[in-house]
Amino acid sequence: MELISATMTKNCNNDYKMKFSLEDEFPDLSLHNNHMAKVLSKDIYNKLRAKSTPSGFTLDDCIQTGVDNPGHPFIMTVGCVAGDEESYEVFKELFDPIISDRHGGYKPTDKHVTDLNWENLKGGDDIDPNYVLSSRVRTGRSIKGITLPPHNSRGERRAVEKLSIEALNSLDGEFKGKYYPLKDMTDKEQEQLIADHFLFDKPVSPLLLAAGMARDWPDGRGIWHNDNKTFLVWVNEEDHLRVISMQQGGNMKEVFKRFCTGLQKIEDVFKKHNHGFMWNEHIGFVLTCPSNLGTGLRGGVHVKLPKLSTHAKFEEILTRLRLQKRGTGGVDTASVGGVFDISNADRLGSSEVAQVQLVVDGVKLMVEMEKKLEKGESIDGMIPAQK
Amino acid sequence: MPFGNTHNLLKMNYSAEQEYPDLSQHNNHMAKIITPEMYADLRDKQTPSGFTLDDVIQTGVDNPGHPFIMTVGCVAGDEETYEVFKDLLDPVIEDRHGGYKPTDKHKTDLNPDNLQGGDDLDPNYVLSSRVRTGRSIRGFCLPPHCTRGERRGIESLSVEALGALDGDLKGKYYALKDMTEEEQQQLIDDHFLFDKPVSPLLLASGMARDWPDARGIWHNDNKTFLVWVNEEDHLRVISMQKGGNMKEVFNRFCTGLTKIESLFKEKGHEFMWNEHLGYVLTCPSNLGTGLRGGVHVKLPNVSKHEKFGEILKRLRLQKRGTGGVDTAAVGGVFDISNADRLGFSEVDLVQMVVDGVKLLIEMEKRLEAGQSIDDLMPEQK
Repeated sequence: MELISATMTKNCNNDYKMKFSLEDEFPDLSLHNNHMAKVLSKDIYNKLRAKSTPSGFTLDDCIQTGVDNPGHPFIMTVGCVAGDEESYEVFKELFDPIISDRHGGYKPTDKHVTDLNWENLKGGDDIDPNYVLSSRVRTGRSIKGITLPPHNSRGERRAVEKLSIEALNSLDGEFKGKYYPLKDMTDKEQEQLIADHFLFDKPVSPLLLAAGMARDWPDGRGIWHNDNKTFLVWVNEEDHLRVISMQQGGNMKEVFKRFCTGLQKIEDVFKKHNHGFMWNEHIGFVLTCPSNLGTGLRGGVHVKLPKLSTHAKFEEILTRLRLQKRGTGGVDTASVGGVFDISNADRLGSSEVAQVQLVVDGVKLMVEMEKKLEKGESIDGMIPAQK
Repeated sequence: MPFGNTHNLLKMNYSAEQEYPDLSQHNNHMAKIITPEMYADLRDKQTPSGFTLDDVIQTGVDNPGHPFIMTVGCVAGDEETYEVFKDLLDPVIEDRHGGYKPTDKHKTDLNPDNLQGGDDLDPNYVLSSRVRTGRSIRGFCLPPHCTRGERRGIESLSVEALGALDGDLKGKYYALKDMTEEEQQQLIDDHFLFDKPVSPLLLASGMARDWPDARGIWHNDNKTFLVWVNEEDHLRVISMQKGGNMKEVFNRFCTGLTKIESLFKEKGHEFMWNEHLGYVLTCPSNLGTGLRGGVHVKLPNVSKHEKFGEILKRLRLQKRGTGGVDTAAVGGVFDISNADRLGFSEVDLVQMVVDGVKLLIEMEKRLEAGQSIDDLMPEQK
């Protein structure tokens, strides 16, 4: 579709705000501890406050979630979001330092490599299923030309849904599946999706609500999955698309193969309609939250590590392996019964293959450590170097 | 507002049909009134400060309905909203305010001498009396839409105006963000403290942005006159005390409000008001007087009478639990207040409360004595 773009820079609400001084408008961040609050100075605010992206997203729009949510007890939140692809450019003075801080010193001049060739992954098909209960890889994708969840209108969101359904319904073979729009779901379908752990709920996190991502719920939102229940796509949740490949057991190679193949097929259909995915050589795949730039990939396993997880060096090992732990309920949860969600910590500056390789190699090592500790042996000789 | 006029023009790339909200599950005033044609007509408009149709209705789209109350489902972002979007808001107002027409005129009467009686409600039954209203400061956008700069401007003006009050009204301002633990506890004990909104109705319309920046509570030393700054409206003004002397409560209410208004005027700021809608507030349900006057009253017998609902209706009163809207009555004690806001003056509404509560207590006493109340049934006011 033909979009009005460059002419739409006039944002009269933002112009109206310019009547108030910098001092009057600068947010009170004295109690705040998130990436945005660390980076945003009066100087930066002053430079950027008069700007808006072609679709009308402003600085205050970017930072509202970080102003409204001073901090999280366990995690350092980002505190800002993008409303469209151009946000990262128009508000670079804000986003670049946040990206650097969040993504291990990634510089404005750095280039990000995308590698979705699953054949480049070594091993990953032999992690001990007595320890690894399940494997999963997820990422997000944004559709070029449509604004992002904090900002998009109902018309845009429905367009994302329509394009997505078309793309997904064209899939066949192991990818053949069905779309369940949230608003038309029957009770039975809903129960099944909950039992499969596929259903996503209306966001309750104040981080997401403050950024406007729950508007018009459940309009335009839905879940697609293949008949085998190993490939799942969330439409219009935190990103335009969230793509998930998963299965029981430890065959990460199979999971990653399906992930890459499915993603490629989907992208091809979108491209046919002149709607590729948002991507550039500096920040890779462009997503709503700066923390997901690059690959947007979180690949991980649910793995039993009751002994290793209580070892004094557990955290250090994870850091060196460039991995992170979560409880099995996902971010913000605690582990249950010694079972941990172990996944890659990085998103930007390394490729998909590289990140999944880290998970595969790292989990393999940790399972070996767990076995040693079970036998009462030391793991001192196995502590890895910093990757 | 993150999703405000910011890309109203870009949205025009999509047809009205593509943008029209799905209201099939909805039951609020906005959903009853809005049509695809109306949406198509109004979607390209915005107020001078940039508030759009989608901004007006977002809360009603996001909140299909409330189990107990018919919610309004739309808000104003500034004074001009009621004009620019009259095609939507006039019918909503008519539906909500008993048939109030676009050509009707609203009367304001804040002269407490015009209230008859009200100083003799039986304190054995009436535990407390209270009158509240809201005020908006002309020239500033309303809570769904205002910027931090505007909100701070409102706070600054309010603190100055309230600081000039003296006598019975002399008091102190407690900014939410600077409150000590001790002050906070005291305000909670006094039932004065307001919390960050949790109601999805308010959150969806953007009223909790930047919390607790520029929000605060002012009250007089006697704790009988209270002002909330930048909660759901620019100002909420409350006069209250134990017992049944509504005349005194209303007296203080009118005197205080009038003083505050003249202090604002001295600084070149008036309250938003016009002869059609009276006082202009964020929620269309509060237009007119914005006044809710009521008592906490013991009516264990009357409240169980089969005609209780009917009696209240005829008296133009409504009941709530003692926790406020959305709560249930405890121990036979009810919050009884005026049902109307627009089309009646402040004096009219408080008169209805005074007369109505007096009658309800008479009925309660009759029922206590095992007597009938049939001869006491009122006409429809």
